[in-house]
This record gives sequence, C-alpha cells and structure tokens, in this order.
Amino acid sequence: MNVFSKLTDPRYYQIVVLSLLVSYGIVVLDFGIHWYNAVAIMLTAQCAQYIGTRWAGLPRFDPLSAVITSLSLTLLLRTDVVALAMLAAGIAIGSKFLLRVRGKHVFNPANVALVTLMLVSDQAWVSSGQWGSAAISSFALACLGFLVLTRAKRAETTLAFLAAYAVLMTGRAIWLGDPPSIPLHQLQNGVLLIFAFFMISDPKTTPNTSAGRVIFGALVASIAYAIQYVFYEPNGTILALILAAPFVPLLDYLMRGQLYRWKQKGVF
Amino acid sequence: MRTLITVISATITVAISTTAQAFCGFYVARADTALFNQASQVVLVRDDNRTVITMANDFQGDVQDFAVVIPVPTFIEREQINVGDRAVVEHLDAYTAPRLVEYHDPDPCVRYEALKSMSMNDARAPASIAEESELRRALGVTIEASYTVGEYDILILSATESSGLIKWLDQNDYRIPKGAEAVVDSYLKQDMRFFVAKVNLQEQTKLGYSNLRPLQVAYESNKFMLPIRLGTLNAKGKQELYVYALTKTGRVETTNYRTVKLPSNNEVPEFVQNEFGDFYRAMFARQTKKENERGVFLEYAWDMAWCDPCAADPLSADELRKLGVYWVKSNKGRGVAPSPAQNVFVTRLHVRYDRKHFPEDLVFQETGDRQNYQGRYVIRHPWKGTPQCDASAYMAATRDRQEREAQMLANLTGWDIADIRAKIPYMDGVVPEPVPVPWWKRIWQ
Repeated sequence: MNVFSKLTDPRYYQIVVLSLLVSYGIVVLDFGIHWYNAVAIMLTAQCAQYIGTRWAGLPRFDPLSAVITSLSLTLLLRTDVVALAMLAAGIAIGSKFLLRVRGKHVFNPANVALVTLMLVSDQAWVSSGQWGSAAISSFALACLGFLVLTRAKRAETTLAFLAAYAVLMTGRAIWLGDPPSIPLHQLQNGVLLIFAFFMISDPKTTPNTSAGRVIFGALVASIAYAIQYVFYEPNGTILALILAAPFVPLLDYLMRGQLYRWKQKGVF
Repeated sequence: MRTLITVISATITVAISTTAQAFCGFYVARADTALFNQASQVVLVRDDNRTVITMANDFQGDVQDFAVVIPVPTFIEREQINVGDRAVVEHLDAYTAPRLVEYHDPDPCVRYEALKSMSMNDARAPASIAEESELRRALGVTIEASYTVGEYDILILSATESSGLIKWLDQNDYRIPKGAEAVVDSYLKQDMRFFVAKVNLQEQTKLGYSNLRPLQVAYESNKFMLPIRLGTLNAKGKQELYVYALTKTGRVETTNYRTVKLPSNNEVPEFVQNEFGDFYRAMFARQTKKENERGVFLEYAWDMAWCDPCAADPLSADELRKLGVYWVKSNKGRGVAPSPAQNVFVTRLHVRYDRKHFPEDLVFQETGDRQNYQGRYVIRHPWKGTPQCDASAYMAATRDRQEREAQMLANLTGWDIADIRAKIPYMDGVVPEPVPVPWWKRIWQ
C-alpha cells in the first residue's frame, strides 16, 4: 500500500491500464493499431503540451495528461496516414489550451480530435467492433479495477453514463420484443468501455458538482442512443460527448462546485 | 574481391526481392464459395447512404418451393427491385477468393541467392389479388405493389402489425420459421419493410434460366446493415454467408462483431495443391473456433483495378454497374477493350453464423483503410534436378523448410502432424525426427 499512497494521482493508474490495453490490442488482438502511429501520437502530443505550457506561461511542464490523451487516441483512432495521427494529437492538446471557458477546457482533448478527423477526412475512423466478446470480460475487470484503485473519484459520470445507456438499450429491447442476448451483446463493446472509463470520466471536462456529473453522464448516454438508434449513424458515443460538452459550463453555472485540480498545481 | 562479391550479391538479392514484391506467385487454385454448403452471397454496394444489395443463394430444391421474405431497412417502391445476373456474382466470388500460389525453386547451383527471399510476406501487398384484398385488410397487411420481374413474382408489403403479416404469409404458403413473429415485429418497429418473392414457373420456363438469379434492391438509408435474424430461426445449424462490399473509400468492417483477418501468406506443403478445398475448410473451421465462433472474417480487401496474383480478372465497369456500382462509367459503345474500373474497393467477408453467436444483425461501416489484403497461401516446389555442384546446403535448407511447412499446416488446420509428414516427399528422403509434443500441450486441446 506504500506505493499506492505515494502515487495518489489517479493518472498513473490510468496510464498503466491504457498501456496494457494498447499492448493487448497490438500484440494479442492485432486489430490494426500501427505502432508507428502510437509513437507519432505520443511525440506530437508531448511537443504540443510543451509549446502550450510555454505559451500559457504555466510554472511547470506536466506530461501525464498528454500521455493519457495519446494512449486514448492510439486506442480509438484508426488511420493509415501517420500525418493524420499527428494532426489528431496536435488538435487534442491544442484544444486544451485554446478552447477554454471560465478556467476549464470545454472539450475532452481526445474526443475533439477524433470528431474533427472523422469530419474532415475519410481516412480516419473508429473500429468499435474490434475488441471482440472474449476480451470484454477481462477488459471490464481492468476498468472496474481502475475505479477501485482510484477510489471512484469523480466516477459519477462513468456510472451515470453506463447506467443510463444500459437502461436505454434494455428499454429498447423490451419495446422491440428482442431477446436479452441483443442488448447484452450491444453493451459488450470495447469502445463503449474505453469511452466510459477513460474519456467521459475526465475530471477536467465534466461538471464540478456530483449532481452535475450524473446529469451530464445521462445526457451523453441519451444523445448517443439517439444518434445510433434514431438517426442510425455510427460512433454515437463519441459524437454525443462533443455535443454534450457545451452543457458543462451551463451545469457549472447552475450548480456551484469546486474546480478539479490534479494533485500537482498549475497543470492543464 | 570477396567484399565486392558480397556487395554485388546483396544488390541482386535486393533486386530479386523488389521483383518478388510486385509478383505474388503463380496462381494455382482458389477456395471459392462452392466449397461450403448452404452459402449465401450478398453484394453490398455502399456510397454515403445509398445501398444496392444483390442476394444470391444456392437454393438446391424444387424452384416451386422457393419463396423468400426479405426485410429492407426502409420503404421501397417497385422500381427499386431488380433481378441480377448470377454470372457477375460468380465472377466476383472467383476474383476475391482465397488463393494458392506456387513458386519453383531454381537450380541451387546457378542462383543460390534467389532462394533467400522468394516469399512475399506483405501482399500490397400467387393467387388472385382482388379476391384476397378483404382478408388482407382484416389482417393489417397492404400490398403496396405486386408485379413480376424476370422469373420472380414480387409483392411489396406494408404491414402494420407482425401477427397479420405472419398470418398472411402463412396463408399464402410462405415458409415461416417458428419465432419469426417476434423478429418481424421488432423489424416493423424499426421502420423496416418487407418484400416477398416467389418463382413464377411460367416466366422461368419462358426465360430458360435453370438457376435462380439473384434479387437486387436499391435503397437510401443510413442503416448500413444486413438483417440475418430471420435466417437464424431456421434450425439448420450454422450458415455460411459471404458479403462482398463495394465502396469508394476503403475496406468495410462490422461494427458490432469483430472483423478478423484470416492468416495469410503462409507457406504450406506441396500436397496442399491437391486438397486446397479441404485445407481451406479446415483452416476456416479452426479460425472460427479461435474467435469463439463470433468472428467475421476478412478474406479479401483490394482495389478493384488490379490483383496480384489474379484468381480471376477484375470485374469490368459493365459488370460492376450490373451490381449497382453506379459511379463507374460504362465501357459500352466506346469501341475499346474494357478497362478495369477505377475507384472501387472490394471487401470480402466470410461469416459462419447461428442465433447463439450472432444474436444481432450485422452492422457495417466503411473505413478509410485501402491497404490491400488477400487470403494467399504459398507452395514452393523444391528443385528436383541432378545437381552439378555440392548442393548439400540447399538440400538441408529445403528439408528444414519442408518441416516448417508441415508445422505451419498443422498449426493452421489442426491436422495431425504425423499424417502431414507422411505426405511430404522430404528432400533426400530424410524425414525429420518427430519432435515429441509436450504433455501439457495436449491437456487443453
């Protein structure tokens, strides 16, 4: 427990879990993550973080959040063009420094990069089926382990999102008269889990109050559901987060709470 | 002098490798859909929200018994249904089929260097309608259109409730499997529509087709999917499905099931040439098991303009237009030899499915991936002449290679290694010592 008490910053655990997932994806599942994209994303993100730190005049350079953003992008973004991977990393980190409201960045960095790339290029996509069902149980365990280790700090968003999404999927199956195997299969999705545990959970882009975070999680789930099952468009969750992001400043305005800071001060 | 020779031979090796890159072996055999029983083939042409679907099945029985109920993601009109050309689907099958290629070892005494890198690891590589109308209305089924296309009688149905549709289909001799009502109900709530097709025997005789031609539907919908749930209700066990997707941008994959590339570019023993079909079936069965019977397998992803090696010529622009690839320009009337179509990327997916492992319909997405992939298996014939020099190094290297090929085959198919070795004419007649299998490897097999 000694090590744990020293490493109180939850981002360390996040980096470990995401790195394991990236390795598993490259080595075992072999589902199209190019190692050179991973390297390009990581290097570009760190450069952008450094430039942003200098530009914003922050007291110290902190690489951790950019590492997490890089790993999330590596896991989710598929492209055969390295330049696009680098552009994604640049957009992700750049958005943190440039798109800010009341001292908080508006969009989740990896999320805004994914959506921008999918809009501007047909050479970038997200492969949501590629985790397969066999990997899901161990995957879910790793995610839950992450929650336990970080003592569920600000986990309301994740839990509210997953609960609302599960209720919507189950409700749809009941309405359609579909067997339970269908919503169960829809919930066993790797991208859904990465999204819930590592993207939507970002404390810097979620509301400052518990009630705000629960409302936000449920809102993202509802928008994701509408995109996928009303409009029949792919990548519902990822699009939903960017559409819901502008509501965060509104929720913060309506419900006063404390701004989240990572354990180290002066970090974006 | 020695240094100079090394440099020259290195250059030659590079040159040979470069040639080998563009040249993926001599085509020997292919594993087409005829290998598998009850195989359905579906061609999906997709561009933005436009879809043209061509459905071919290998219906073997009396055509009098043939009737299909086809769900379509959106409302359709009569002009959206067409009868296609079976030969084009067969051509597409042949073009995209996994292939066996061969190389012949050269005389080891002439060009020993050429042995080094000949493998290419990366291939770039009916009844009166008027009489029945009252009853239909009572059942809540409206026939939107009824007409004959080619050898088919087509009815486009718009039902308000599933029970009515099921009863109507039942009364009209359509074979409806048990449990269909729930699925039909689910589809209706998702705004899907149905059309039914039966064979018009008179028309079929008149047209002279012995095989049933594929049905085609063109529609506009965001849903890029294939309804497979009705098909899984027949208690026929596992079914084989081939999906050929033709798009502008790139490879197509499933978003709700894992799309897996089959092992490819593997070197296998020479005798596989005579049993390529058995090899492919065994390998496919083993790979589906490995993916817990939930995988969708990629067999081919290639730009339609070319192939290397070709299991069949690329489809012509006219053939592609017959499949619904509307963005290619027809070659007709130009007086020039048909040129390969541009801007068409083909993906061949192979699914073995049942209700248990594939509870949901297949949902697809287009990706930007234009990397070429093919199911390609390689045999290399050893040189069998009488050596004019000391070829012992070549003999030993070839024997090792033959053993590696045997192990690769055992690994891919799960066949017994002893049976495989017995079929290999090892170089010099020396069969390698069988490596004892550790006991722990047999526990969980």
